[in-house]
Amino acid sequence: MTAQSSFMILSSVKDTKIEELTTLLSSMNSTIPAHADPKNDLLPFGRFPRLHFARFVIIEAHTADEIEAFGIAARPWQPTLAFFGEIDGDIDSFFTELEDLASVGLRKIFALCEKFPKEEENLQQWLKKNNTKSNANYVNWIGRTVKHIHEDDALHQSLAAYLREHKDDIDKNNTLALRQKLLSHVEMEKYAGRLTLTAEEKTPLKWKMFNFIHMIGVPLVLVLLSPLFLIMAPFFFIRLRMLERSDPELFIRPEHSYLEKLTIQEDWSVSNQYNVFGDIKPGVFRLLTLKFILFLVDYFSRHVYKRGFLARIKTIHFARWVLLDDNKRAFFASNYDGSHESYMDDFINKVGWGLNLIFSHAVPYPKTSWLIKQGAYREQQFKYTQRLHQLPTEVWYKAYPDLTNTDLARNSRIRKGVEIRQSSVDEIREWLHLI
Amino acid sequence: MNNENTFKFDDLQALLRFSHGRLTDTCFLLLHVADVRKAKKWLDTAPISNATESDSLPDRALQIAFTVEGLRVMCVAESVIDGFSDEFIMGMSGEESRSRRLGDIGMNAPEKWDWGGESKKIPHLMLMYYAKENAVKDFRTSIETEDFVKAFHVIHELPTLHIGEIEPFGFKDGISQPVIDWECRQSTNAHEREGYSNLVAVGEVVLGYPNEYGLYTARPLIDEREDSVAACLPHAEDKTGLKDLGRNGSYLVVRQLGQDVPGFWQFLYKMSASNFDKCELLAASMVGRRRDGKPLVLKSVAAIPGISTQNCDNHFTYDFDTEGYQCPIGAHVRRANPRTGDLPPRVTGIINRVMKKLGFDQKQEEDLVASTRFHRILRRGRSYGPKLAPAEAIKADAEVAERGLQFMCLSANILRQFEFVQSAWSMSSKFSGLQNESDPLLGNREVLMNGERTDQFNRPSAKGVTEKIYNLPKFVTVKGGAYFFMPGLSAVKYIASLPIKEDT
Ligand code: HEM
Repeated sequence: MTAQSSFMILSSVKDTKIEELTTLLSSMNSTIPAHADPKNDLLPFGRFPRLHFARFVIIEAHTADEIEAFGIAARPWQPTLAFFGEIDGDIDSFFTELEDLASVGLRKIFALCEKFPKEEENLQQWLKKNNTKSNANYVNWIGRTVKHIHEDDALHQSLAAYLREHKDDIDKNNTLALRQKLLSHVEMEKYAGRLTLTAEEKTPLKWKMFNFIHMIGVPLVLVLLSPLFLIMAPFFFIRLRMLERSDPELFIRPEHSYLEKLTIQEDWSVSNQYNVFGDIKPGVFRLLTLKFILFLVDYFSRHVYKRGFLARIKTIHFARWVLLDDNKRAFFASNYDGSHESYMDDFINKVGWGLNLIFSHAVPYPKTSWLIKQGAYREQQFKYTQRLHQLPTEVWYKAYPDLTNTDLARNSRIRKGVEIRQSSVDEIREWLHLI
Repeated sequence: MNNENTFKFDDLQALLRFSHGRLTDTCFLLLHVADVRKAKKWLDTAPISNATESDSLPDRALQIAFTVEGLRVMCVAESVIDGFSDEFIMGMSGEESRSRRLGDIGMNAPEKWDWGGESKKIPHLMLMYYAKENAVKDFRTSIETEDFVKAFHVIHELPTLHIGEIEPFGFKDGISQPVIDWECRQSTNAHEREGYSNLVAVGEVVLGYPNEYGLYTARPLIDEREDSVAACLPHAEDKTGLKDLGRNGSYLVVRQLGQDVPGFWQFLYKMSASNFDKCELLAASMVGRRRDGKPLVLKSVAAIPGISTQNCDNHFTYDFDTEGYQCPIGAHVRRANPRTGDLPPRVTGIINRVMKKLGFDQKQEEDLVASTRFHRILRRGRSYGPKLAPAEAIKADAEVAERGLQFMCLSANILRQFEFVQSAWSMSSKFSGLQNESDPLLGNREVLMNGERTDQFNRPSAKGVTEKIYNLPKFVTVKGGAYFFMPGLSAVKYIASLPIKEDT
């Protein structure tokens, strides 16, 4: 298995250069706003076979004043270009590929930023040096590579086309014979070079070991620390309730013109992108709580929610949480299936408690109580707040535009059925239903 | 939670409570205001029907609704209009992104509509007449006085024709509706909710009352001190000192949907190898009910709040048909109301409840659909065009005519209710993990970004492979549409009484 990794390159942008930068970035797009042309000259995303998603966002703090409600002066923020994405395998070799295939383009883009690779500097080294780690990452299915996604999809398409072509001369109820026909079809297609089903790569030993130690080690340390947590708990909750009662509440409806900047990029196909950025509420208490929760989110994503679902949410492909500006601000980005409204409804109804745990430490999240209640369940206020803090994307790339997580999971199951033959008629029928 | 039978219906328009089913002769007029002063004068005394129950059923009903343009023309202040939802303010055809979500692209695009697309074809208001057989004409004469004719200009008359309790394809319609919980008997607290319920909170349909989140949907609230006309409005329940323009009102969505009745039946007949019985079964699987309204799934054993166990045509959920063997997952009624609860089905005990909430104990293809209670609509549509029975429609020389549905629905939140149902459920080719198919009736059959098709219909069978129908033609075309606000009666008075601005 090859696990995915993520990268994020950040560099602040001079105010005077922002316009030039947005124009340059938009030249990478197809006719659809913010949707990358996979073959564009600056960064031909389509030529990177390990790349799942990638995005350019200019992080601007247009809501920075909100923190003044806490009696704190707004911190200055220099607009910052964020280039980030998710790939299969290790980051270093991906940076080398970037250097090989997109050196000119990337240098051109970052030349408009304050931090940029000097001419004599090695781009790969520069990217490595400026790579910002997330505080938490979520991956829908750890180890599902772009290569397999494409192979599985081709397999599915080929089987579906076969059924379509032979729809009048197959006996639909003779499942055994039908499966045999389909399997021979796959063999023929493989032989003719039209289908490839590469075996899964070996999991690197180093990754396996580290993952194992992490899986065992974290709970172990937490158990050891538990007496301490127990002693702290009453103080924690007293402080929490005090803050939850006293935190100022803002109910700001986003301007229509702002919403338009966001919706114009959305719902062109089955998936969408999402960025949200804002201040963390003041004080050590909020910061430490948030950091601890993100630590747990990362742990659970890596070891528990690694096969298709994050609690009841199955629509997220990738997500990341990153603390920025000396831990004063937080950035969240995701790639999800469905429309924005259904994403938010799914969130509120299915995992509102989880949203509250994480996002209630940000300004001006709707009031929570006991960390998980209220908050997102204040539907309208929550929806306004997240839209207000959402940032438009400049360029977005998805390697498999028409496929949702459910499609990907289904295609993997179809492939499994080709490789491991089912024994019972019921299983065969279930497999046939997938096609 | 104890409004026991105290709900005041006299400020609501009757359409919120009754569908006027007995009043079969209808006329829907789309109007522009020609003379604001006269329009206000007419509005002030217009006999708009309210929702109180009387001993004898009424012979006539008149309802009214405004678009945002209509409110502006009637001098509602921009600061008040800002209190309405973005969808209403922008309008159904106002933004490309909205059209994209609603599936209004290609042949369905607003620029092709008969009304509601281009800005000059967007009405200011809609007047809805309901009367007994052949009685609308007289009703209209009594309303459309000389002053009325000077006040308004009819830009379009939406055709309607009663052809029985059916829609033009021939299926029984108007069977399933949410039941409004006027007495607030049901808790909206998620901890007390689990399975599907047909009762919905008043605030899901009427503005100014708590919705399924137990909260008040945003709407224009007015400070009486700044606007004395607002004195006639009801108080806002959730904000002391403010008057509520939304209270007892609702949003009305209207879409004229042209139906190709011969096209529908002829295609299905061909796909059924010219076997009429098979053709009927296929049609039923696309709709999700038989032509006489009988559901395709078995009656639910568990009780469903808001539906009597005697109601055999509606007492069901899809909990025991996860594969869609009885009713295909993509069928129109299953998409439009998947009858899901807050939790995935078959919760057993408290531990299992927690497990399910954390996402465990379920298959990958389960729990893909949102909880239905936040996405209900109250349908009030009427059909148009001459009746064409399926047995006639399958013939090659079937009479071609303009037929369809004046689809209308009421809800308090257009985005979360109508638009959600339309986009995330009906038009989506990925609804509940399906592939290559959108609503078999409504789909626009457009391909996805990378060319993936959406013009199939999948009919899973318990016996063998899924039966797939390919190349579904387009059966329904959008011909027009708009978002309206259907005010409460005090709000109508408010609109009528607002002073006329100098420049009009
Ligand atoms: C020409 C277009 C349409 C036709 C021919 C049509 C036909 C039908 C029929 C025959 C039924 C079954 C009757 C019943 O359950 O009451 C039904 C139900 C329903 N339709 Fe449509 N419909 C159309 C458009 C729409 C649209 C645009 C929507 C909303 C987006 C919609 C939403 C619903 C809903 C919510 C139900 C009730 C489902 C239930 O509660 O089980 N329909 N429709």
